[in-house]
Amino acid sequence: MTSAAVEAPPEAPRASECGPAAVDDRVHLARFDPATRRLHAVVMATFLGLAATGMPLLFSEAPWARALAAVFGGFHGAGLVHRFFGAALLAAVAWHLSNVCYRAFVRGERGLFWGPTSMVPQPRDVADLYAQMKWFFGAGPRPRFEHFAYWEKFDYWAVLWGTALMGAAGLVLWFPVAASRLMPGWMFNVALFVHGAEASLAIGFIFVVHFFNGHLRPGKFPMDLVIFTGSVAAGEMRGERAAEFARLERTGAIRSFVVADPAPAIVRRGRIIGAAGLVLGLALVSLIVYAVAR
Amino acid sequence: MSIRRIRFGLVVAAVCAASVSGATTSAPSPQPATSEDCLSCHGDAGARRADGRSVAVDAARVAASIHAPLACVDCHADAGKDLPHADRLAKVACGSCHDDVAGKYHDSIHAWAKEKAGLVGAPSCAECHGAHDVTPHTAATSRVYRGRVPATCGACHAGVREKYDAGVHAAALKKGASNAPVCIDCHAAHATARTDTDAWRLRATAECGTCHANVVESYRRTFHGKVTSLGSARVAACADCHGAHDIRSAAETTSTVSKARLVETCGRCHQGATERFVQYDPHPDPSDYSRGAVLWWANRFYWLLIPGCFGFFGLHSALWYWRSSHDGERS
Repeated sequence: MTSAAVEAPPEAPRASECGPAAVDDRVHLARFDPATRRLHAVVMATFLGLAATGMPLLFSEAPWARALAAVFGGFHGAGLVHRFFGAALLAAVAWHLSNVCYRAFVRGERGLFWGPTSMVPQPRDVADLYAQMKWFFGAGPRPRFEHFAYWEKFDYWAVLWGTALMGAAGLVLWFPVAASRLMPGWMFNVALFVHGAEASLAIGFIFVVHFFNGHLRPGKFPMDLVIFTGSVAAGEMRGERAAEFARLERTGAIRSFVVADPAPAIVRRGRIIGAAGLVLGLALVSLIVYAVAR
Repeated sequence: MSIRRIRFGLVVAAVCAASVSGATTSAPSPQPATSEDCLSCHGDAGARRADGRSVAVDAARVAASIHAPLACVDCHADAGKDLPHADRLAKVACGSCHDDVAGKYHDSIHAWAKEKAGLVGAPSCAECHGAHDVTPHTAATSRVYRGRVPATCGACHAGVREKYDAGVHAAALKKGASNAPVCIDCHAAHATARTDTDAWRLRATAECGTCHANVVESYRRTFHGKVTSLGSARVAACADCHGAHDIRSAAETTSTVSKARLVETCGRCHQGATERFVQYDPHPDPSDYSRGAVLWWANRFYWLLIPGCFGFFGLHSALWYWRSSHDGERS
């Protein structure tokens, strides 16, 4: 289970840092850089905005549809806000993809597309999933995860894939006459259906599965602040991502990850933003459940 | 309806009682004029008033009407005091009995035109129902009988009637389809409203759905249908594509939704629409493979993907929760 740890760390440690190194459980280790946190903030805000402004149309015959649209000034207001958030999310994803390309091909960063710190699914994720299942049933120890666990990779690729698909479908619906130069008109029917079905999937997945895995599950409840503060306590990381922790300790690189404890103001801001997102998201999911169950 | 029947019965009973008491008591006067009194002048076919207009009343037509049991003065309330009565009498107030209908009429565009806009030709009760010869709308001879409604409305709205007569609904009506829509089904008989409001346009779509339920259901799956059900009328509703009075079968080349005219019809909103653009299906059905294979496959795919995703991760989360609580893990 520690086979991935033989991979070279992303930044080769200096000679003086080589060899086993230990850090106190209470110190904080960097996990998400500011750019990643900003990307999450933009995705979070636009996703909530897109869900709240799109749901009145997707569930137009639900009793709450008109009231939810009225929050944004009625259907036309909701449509404008939806297009604004859609464009913002597409811009954020475009920025992210170009940033990945810049890091990989200009700065020559290694380990982005394969290895222990990569977001790309690889054999160890299948092994981790199997081990996790065994752990669920008490047939094995908790798997020793690397930088990104398999459910985190699923979240990432689901959002990326969903944004690409819904963005494309959304643009077709936004500019149908222009789109008709590239495709027959019945593709608008497909675009609307796919946009709505993928939205249902995304809203349900983010506001239920991602919320549970990332925040609400035992051990994280009520929320994991790492995406807001950027750092995680060493003790928590040792339990959560044993393989990564061991790899960083063995190479000594762990010392270069030590950062100052997050400022109380940052923690407070994270709690407020995170709680607001959780409450809004769960409220939107409740509306969908109500509309579907009715 | 039943209340009106009861009231009608009471009026008839009162009339009878009054005539009986009139016969038995020898009260001096003033007695209200009886219908016979009225007909002594108005029964003359040549009766005219000072300005030369005929004031003759055909007693046989009154007797054949639904109001036959009433006396003249029940409607012409100010006519019976002194005979001969004044030159000009008050207008008959049908609303004194039919107050629910009168209330609807009062808020209608016809009442507005007549009473506020000064359009003296606009109809009140008698223009549609007749005056002395009022018969129930169920009688084939009535001017407001379903089959005769287009002719009655068309007496003023001649241009609309011409269009209506050329459409599928008039054809169905002529073939004897008693549920084929006539003017009053969409426009309402008494509460006739302006047709240029959003509220009216949105309600009209619901009206089409009372017969074309599955067509409106498929429309509700589209962007157009979802936007209109949110209360915005700035996108296409039924009449915007199909027309209103002169709706024709799509098979006819003159129809606005015929293949020959789709580019023109869609292009009214979507400037630059082409032959490819109008391959859009305004009434999609994802469960109908023949209407669109790609949509059918997309529907199939998501019906597997969505339950699959939620099923897997729902179970995953439940097991995780169970294992964590079992292990006593707390944050």
